[in-house]
Amino acid sequence: MTETQERQTIADAPAGERRNRGISSVEALAAVLVLLVIFRGRLSGLVSGERLQTWTTVFVSVLVQAVPFLVFGVLLSAVIAVFVPRSFWAKALPRHPALAVPAASVAGVVLPGCECGAVPIAGSLIRRGVTPAAALAFLLAAPAINPIVLTATAVAFPGNPEMVVARGLASLVVAVLMGWLWLRLGKTDWIRLPHRPDLDGSRGRAFWAACRHDVVHAGGFLVLGAAAAATINVIVPEAWLQTLASHPALSVLALAVLAVLLSICSEADAFVAASLSQFSLTSRLVFLVVGPMVDLKLISMQAGVFGRGFALRFAPATFAVAVLAAVVAGVVLL
Amino acid sequence: MNRQAQAVVLFLFGGAILKASFTDLYLRYVKEGLRPFLIASGVALVAAAIMTLWYEFRGARPSPDDDHGHHHEPRVGWLLVLPVFALLLVAPPALGSYTAVQSGTVQLSAESDFPPLPDADPAPVALIDYASRAIYEDGRSLAGRRVQLTGFVARGEDGSPMLARIVVSCCAADGRPIKVGLTGGPAIDVPSGTWLRITGKYGDKRAKDPVNQADIAFLEVEQWQPVDPPKQQYE
Repeated sequence: MTETQERQTIADAPAGERRNRGISSVEALAAVLVLLVIFRGRLSGLVSGERLQTWTTVFVSVLVQAVPFLVFGVLLSAVIAVFVPRSFWAKALPRHPALAVPAASVAGVVLPGCECGAVPIAGSLIRRGVTPAAALAFLLAAPAINPIVLTATAVAFPGNPEMVVARGLASLVVAVLMGWLWLRLGKTDWIRLPHRPDLDGSRGRAFWAACRHDVVHAGGFLVLGAAAAATINVIVPEAWLQTLASHPALSVLALAVLAVLLSICSEADAFVAASLSQFSLTSRLVFLVVGPMVDLKLISMQAGVFGRGFALRFAPATFAVAVLAAVVAGVVLL
Repeated sequence: MNRQAQAVVLFLFGGAILKASFTDLYLRYVKEGLRPFLIASGVALVAAAIMTLWYEFRGARPSPDDDHGHHHEPRVGWLLVLPVFALLLVAPPALGSYTAVQSGTVQLSAESDFPPLPDADPAPVALIDYASRAIYEDGRSLAGRRVQLTGFVARGEDGSPMLARIVVSCCAADGRPIKVGLTGGPAIDVPSGTWLRITGKYGDKRAKDPVNQADIAFLEVEQWQPVDPPKQQYE
């Protein structure tokens, strides 16, 4: 019996005859909401300590900032999934996968936005038959080297225009290298795209089903990531960073890890990097290259969209390649 | 989580975003420029919810997946209830004195030349503008002028009051304080976090922020008065 029919049966049946089927999601949701409203006063009272209040503010602001990008990314990915025919990608990208990787990376330049939108788009590209290596290169390149992010970097580092060049080049190199690395070592069965129901039927129905599914799915993981980022934001004391800044190798590692933990939107991370002025330019470049490619909310979203097995391999590899590329770019260009 | 429940969560999430962007609530979390995009995405979320319910109840034949649909439907979607709850019921305040004490003051960037102060007396100046003029120009463009700063009170380790404001470049997650030290004038005996409007003159005293060793400029206070927090609390 399908769920819809089941609900109708339950609704039609007199109360005494309802079979014990467990609680449906709508009922559970209604119960949660009623409880929240009843205990509203007590719950807001819980969020009264200054630290917890700051946590909640940061949590909400990461989410609110990401929502337009998430929704835009989901809408675009639904358009790709429903309205762009498979044959388009075969024509648009070079046939040889090794060439499709750099082409897809450069295509990332035209998509303004932060990383939250790129994850569902890359998932949709793979679904539509684009070679995973190219889709992954796009995933890494799009948030890091688009015009908005590079402009923000130029504004944040007015005295160091070479920072913009170094950031763009290093990020592009990482995206292409990771694409090629995937061609050599990647296995398709590491990627487990979640089952997305009813993509057949009318186009309108398929479009909205894709939107609903992706927002609920990627959005849920975004909530997890935002919570992790807010926790780090509140508990890491800034004085620790001071100690690390004085040591060249440690400072690179510290900012690389900080970029992962803080999970700042790629459009804002340049301003944060600029404010970490006790650190060397190279270590701040590492921060800017790693941040848009590997961070807590991204890992969480990638695990959701591509599967846990994928995220566990892809994130550490990207991290290593990004740190290396950024250090080399820093030594040569800065 | 079945599709009706997802539609309800989407509706609430979109509604919470819309409510935040039609009131001034969103200004506590993001910049003003994001507002049109927030409204657009709120509308898209509500539309997705309505369309989901429309297709559910129009009696369209459920696809074969539905027999075991709940295995595939994302359970993680339940988490979207959290931001709805946080926005509609808690509505956390803008960052304030706690962040100001925890983080080091903003590292100012040098500007080649500063435009002259506004003509009014006292001249209203943003905290970050005052601090940049004080530190990079040794207060040349501030000389002989009375200025008016608005911010909240934050207290350092020694309990001496400073005037602070949070500087946000994208969203509150990257917010950092700009702090201005206060000397002279009537004693400031209000609790931390109180918003003040202070009139005073440039003073050449300097201090180092204990958190990040950045320079802190000072203001010689003439008078102060408590004010309501401004609509846009960030700089």
